[in-house]
Amino acid sequence: MSTTTVPVTAALALGDDALVLSHRLGEWAGHAPVLEEEVALANIALDLLGQARVLLSMVGDEDELAFLREERAFRNLQLVEQPNGDFARTIVRQLYFSLHQHLLWTELAAGDGPFAPLAAKAVKETAYHVDHATQWTLRLGDGTEESARRMREALDALWKYTGEMFLPVEGLDVDGAALEQRWLAELTAILERAGLSLPEGPRSGAWTAGAGRQGLHTEPFGRMLAEMQHLHRSHPGASW
Amino acid sequence: MVAVTPETGQDRALAAAFEAAVAADERVEPRDWMPEEYRASLVRQMAQHAHSEIIGMQPEANWITRAPSLRRKAILMAKVQDEAGHGLYLYSAAETLGTSRDELLDKLHDGRQKYSSIFNYPTLTWADVGAIGWLVDGAAITNQVPLCRCSYGPYARAMVRICKEESFHQRQGYELLLALSQGTEAQHAMAQDAVDRWWWPSLMMFGPPDDESAHSAKSMAWRIKRHSNDELRQRFVDIAVPQAEALGLTLPDPDIRWNEERGHYDFGAIDWTEFWEVLKGNGPCNEQRITQRRRAHEEGAWVREAAAAHAAKQTRAAAQAHEQAEAQAQEQAGAAAQAPQHEEARV
Repeated sequence: MSTTTVPVTAALALGDDALVLSHRLGEWAGHAPVLEEEVALANIALDLLGQARVLLSMVGDEDELAFLREERAFRNLQLVEQPNGDFARTIVRQLYFSLHQHLLWTELAAGDGPFAPLAAKAVKETAYHVDHATQWTLRLGDGTEESARRMREALDALWKYTGEMFLPVEGLDVDGAALEQRWLAELTAILERAGLSLPEGPRSGAWTAGAGRQGLHTEPFGRMLAEMQHLHRSHPGASW
Repeated sequence: MVAVTPETGQDRALAAAFEAAVAADERVEPRDWMPEEYRASLVRQMAQHAHSEIIGMQPEANWITRAPSLRRKAILMAKVQDEAGHGLYLYSAAETLGTSRDELLDKLHDGRQKYSSIFNYPTLTWADVGAIGWLVDGAAITNQVPLCRCSYGPYARAMVRICKEESFHQRQGYELLLALSQGTEAQHAMAQDAVDRWWWPSLMMFGPPDDESAHSAKSMAWRIKRHSNDELRQRFVDIAVPQAEALGLTLPDPDIRWNEERGHYDFGAIDWTEFWEVLKGNGPCNEQRITQRRRAHEEGAWVREAAAAHAAKQTRAAAQAHEQAEAQAQEQAGAAAQAPQHEEARV
């Protein structure tokens, strides 16, 4: 690590993804449909926060980066900033993202780049996240009529944010196209088992869908940051 | 020592054996005979304890999205997660007495069972998270450590695990307040304000004074409880006063002073009117807390229904597969049984 320079763009992109999704999952605390999910969602949020802290610390001070950057400086995917919605919306966001993250960490863990040490640990965490999202996709997709309808709505609504996950990121040494093929194959298999199908329509394109990596975000994100950063910004220079 | 009305000689013998076991500090286990009143009293206490863990997530979760550093945010999320886990242990322990989590949650939601009155106070600043850790968890630990030796085995064992985690939370809360107390002027003021607001409600967590405590005598006789409310409250004050000094914060009670003769700190009178009002549902957040709990439950109903429907489908599919396999096996067995006859016929 000391001999390689940190790929700043990539570390920020991956760190912001984990930070922002962790925050969204933290919003579930005290609101989950069953107690076991209070535990599970917090558990995933904690794993992601841990990943975010390692990644942001590679670039600078984790708290400065999390609490003092403005919306336009964040590099996370638009997918992870999407509001929780109902439980189906949260599960679909987890399914789309965790599948991608698991493939990515697996590839990075196999290499010897600067992210390999973190990836070795994160790949185990995301395997659990994928399993959690898969199990719930099966239960909700192949549950009741209502749960299946909510899953279809969620799959469709978030579909346009999925293309961004495979765009090249400077400093991230992965084959995006190959990753995308594996992601599509795994996702298709899970959805089939759940009695659901792959949504149709574009997976990116319109500038609002898929520009998070350039610092262009969706409207709910600014409000999320306002809440997240308010206290830290109210006490400049204080330590906590 | 225990009020039971055994109707038969066998019942009398069981009751005597129960009382002897409790008196000898033996553990009562789920399959053991126990007086109905003992069972009911335990269900009431364990359910209230479990509910407190679940409702208690709310005041702290209120600050997860605003935690001022990533380290503090991780600590707070882990703590709220632990509380959900404690709720799960306690509901499981209560289920060994013949009730169910669903039944207990229903009673919480419609107000037939209570949770700790402390969680009806609002968390207004970040420092409240520290004050809850130090004072509220501190009071809870003082109350709960003796429960690790409670006469009912499953409860005692749940408490061993819970107390370990609670002690950790308490130290983290204390450390959070220390950082604020030693921080900027504004942070110090925030810490002091939080302690001012949480001190008295924390003392009320030990329940009414001994002469007004409805369940105490029986709970102590049954060794569910080991010490009286006032004893535990005194123990907590004796621990908290020097800790406040170490924190560089004051406690909002001018009457606190060391009493050489008693070997304890004297302290001022508790506002019991406030305590009973909060208990009756008229505290600052009673309505908000129960409304959020009910809403989470109601909004999650379709998720639980889906999970149940999916599980039923899986069970049906497994049963069908099993039937098919059986039918196939029978067919083969039938064919095999017929085969020798053919052989015989041929011979």
